[in-house]
Amino acid sequence: MANMSLEKTKMNEQAPEVRNKNYSEVALGYTHEQALNEASRCLNCKNPACVKGCPVNVPIPQFIKKIQEGDMQGAYEELSSANALPAICGRVCPQENQCEGKCVRGIKGEPVGIGRLERFVADWALENDVSTAKVAPPNGKKVAVIGSGPAGLTCAGELAKKGYSVTIFEAFHVAGGVLSYGIPEFRLPKAIVQKEVDNLRKLGVDIELNMVIGKILSIDELMDEMGYQAVFIGTGAGLPNFMKIPGESLVGVFSANEYLTRINLMKAYRENNPTPVFESKKVAVLGGGNVAMDAARCAKRQGADVHIVYRRGEAELPARAEEVHHAKEEGIIFDLLCNPVAIEGDDKGRVKSMKVIRMELGEPDASGRRRPVPIEGSEFEMDVDTVIVAIGTSPNPLIRSTTPGLDTNNRGCITTGEDGTTSREGVFAGGDASTGAATVILAMGAGKTAAKSIDEYLQKK
Amino acid sequence: MPSKYQIVKKDELTPDISRISVYAPLIAKKAKAGQFIILRATQDGERIPLTISSCDGDDVTVIYQKVGDSTMTLDEIPEGDCLADFVGPLGVPTDIDGCSKVAVIGGGLGCAIALPVAKALHDKGVHVDLIGGFRTKSIVILEEEMRDASDELYICTDDGSYGFSGFVTGKLQELIDGGEKYDRVYAIGPLPMMKFVCKLTKTADIPTIVSMNPIMIDGTGMCGCCRVTVDGQVKFACVDGPDFDGHKVDFDETIARASTYREFETRRREEHKCRLEGMSNG
Repeated sequence: MANMSLEKTKMNEQAPEVRNKNYSEVALGYTHEQALNEASRCLNCKNPACVKGCPVNVPIPQFIKKIQEGDMQGAYEELSSANALPAICGRVCPQENQCEGKCVRGIKGEPVGIGRLERFVADWALENDVSTAKVAPPNGKKVAVIGSGPAGLTCAGELAKKGYSVTIFEAFHVAGGVLSYGIPEFRLPKAIVQKEVDNLRKLGVDIELNMVIGKILSIDELMDEMGYQAVFIGTGAGLPNFMKIPGESLVGVFSANEYLTRINLMKAYRENNPTPVFESKKVAVLGGGNVAMDAARCAKRQGADVHIVYRRGEAELPARAEEVHHAKEEGIIFDLLCNPVAIEGDDKGRVKSMKVIRMELGEPDASGRRRPVPIEGSEFEMDVDTVIVAIGTSPNPLIRSTTPGLDTNNRGCITTGEDGTTSREGVFAGGDASTGAATVILAMGAGKTAAKSIDEYLQKK
Repeated sequence: MPSKYQIVKKDELTPDISRISVYAPLIAKKAKAGQFIILRATQDGERIPLTISSCDGDDVTVIYQKVGDSTMTLDEIPEGDCLADFVGPLGVPTDIDGCSKVAVIGGGLGCAIALPVAKALHDKGVHVDLIGGFRTKSIVILEEEMRDASDELYICTDDGSYGFSGFVTGKLQELIDGGEKYDRVYAIGPLPMMKFVCKLTKTADIPTIVSMNPIMIDGTGMCGCCRVTVDGQVKFACVDGPDFDGHKVDFDETIARASTYREFETRRREEHKCRLEGMSNG
């Protein structure tokens, strides 16, 4: 008998006034009892809309049914048949726009907490060291994967399972890409990322750190001299965009990438850590996406007063609903319909304030969202000593500028077919490197698709 | 065979400046003058960008000054041990084409970076006048190497204890006034030195390349921390540089940006010194 409660089973969380001073995980996960309770809200629809909403088509009703039956191993097998990184997706996917957005229970009341259940099953598997992956015998073919973010990890895992000899080349000293440098510990513990990476190593994937492809080796060298028969480019969109307003090079203005990398990758939040993070009293974070929320919540944990400054309204915030909710609970102030015009500095070249203009929403623009229009004469001054710019990122030019014949579009994104093929034979791409900045799950979907294409391509060779 | 990132050779050039050669064959094969590496001395260490001083066989040589906590930690690693990480070659190589007579100017530790540039030019048959500036005679480094990489070497000391008495700009002015005609000047050293060299060469109308060394994390264009305003445009020193047209660099902004973490760095350095003294006393 289904549980007909209109609300999701609550998940335990650290209290806002406690967690906004530490970096431990905010959401504590379901207990077994809570998971059973939530799983029983699923109606096991014959034509499950949720699955269509998932970029990697996880068999959602099936894995939830196994939870209902108390068969955790079975639940994990269903889940991991489609999703290589479920512990990560359960935490960072924008479920409200994907699976949960389509759930029939959401028509009246809250949808089934699919993300929370995914996390529950995946964490169980990590804790119990369960692996379901079957690795085919080696087929003697070598594939290089560039970048160890969600796209690269997924592509590498899929190919390794098929028997390919896969090497991932990562520019940083830690694998994981944005999962390691971008998303903070309190939202995605790095131990979980490293466990997923270790699982890949167990499949036989070799991970070469400190390798900036395009500098130390080119794609042509990988293919012509080192014997890689196919290459997957999953280098993400790491280049930070700035507002191009006066004052952006003052001391105290940071890209969200820099701020988050110092804190997450370099562990600057730990006491006695050699990498510095700027000491701020009042911070303005520009932007309304997940990265803006992450930067704001880190700045809060560093002890600052934090404002999100976003040019559109609440309904247009691109961040996951849960992140906005958590940020507000933690005491972050949202200055919506506000657009920065200039950052002002003192005589030492350090930020002292920011000039902001109020906006109103006009007609919908190309993105379908109502276009923000400045209200004349509404400028005001915000006293801040730090400005963190989180208005998006673009693909890194290192690969495209060193790979002749690799087509890119006017935004610098690698041009790919739906199957991940590029203009170069044997070279495939996917994730943010080809779409521009998007989500973890879309990158994983692209990595999975490209792995299938690479397999088809190499089988013909 | 040495291990990955092993320090195969280490020597002290002055009590404050050391030179290490690190086993990194792929980097050694690819690197060109003007490019840099980023290293981490230890796990959990800071990422330290250092310009490559030379490459020999499978080894990459860098020279560093023990100015802060992280470089002091680096200096505690003995020859034979391995660094945690070593990544490169990063940045765009120095443009050494299209000139027949140049002045290469190094200031202090900048001489370690000026040296490979001078050598690359000199090996190509370009006439190289090398001006190396130091505070005082006892901290002059790489004198023989610089002599070999130049047609004329002029050592300057601020206090007049060796060579030309005064700043590198004084020597350069003297050479220009004496009738030397340079197609190009390369200036590598502390920001104020580069700023004043550029002021001089702008008046003298000599194109000038400077090598910037801003605060950096990843070195691949990802953090934007190393941004430098050049001709009103924001550039990333790690991928667009580190070399830029010195007449177009906003030095005052760059000098301010270099001070971003000064308080933190001072505190860390003092703590590090205390730890060292604590150890030697204990």
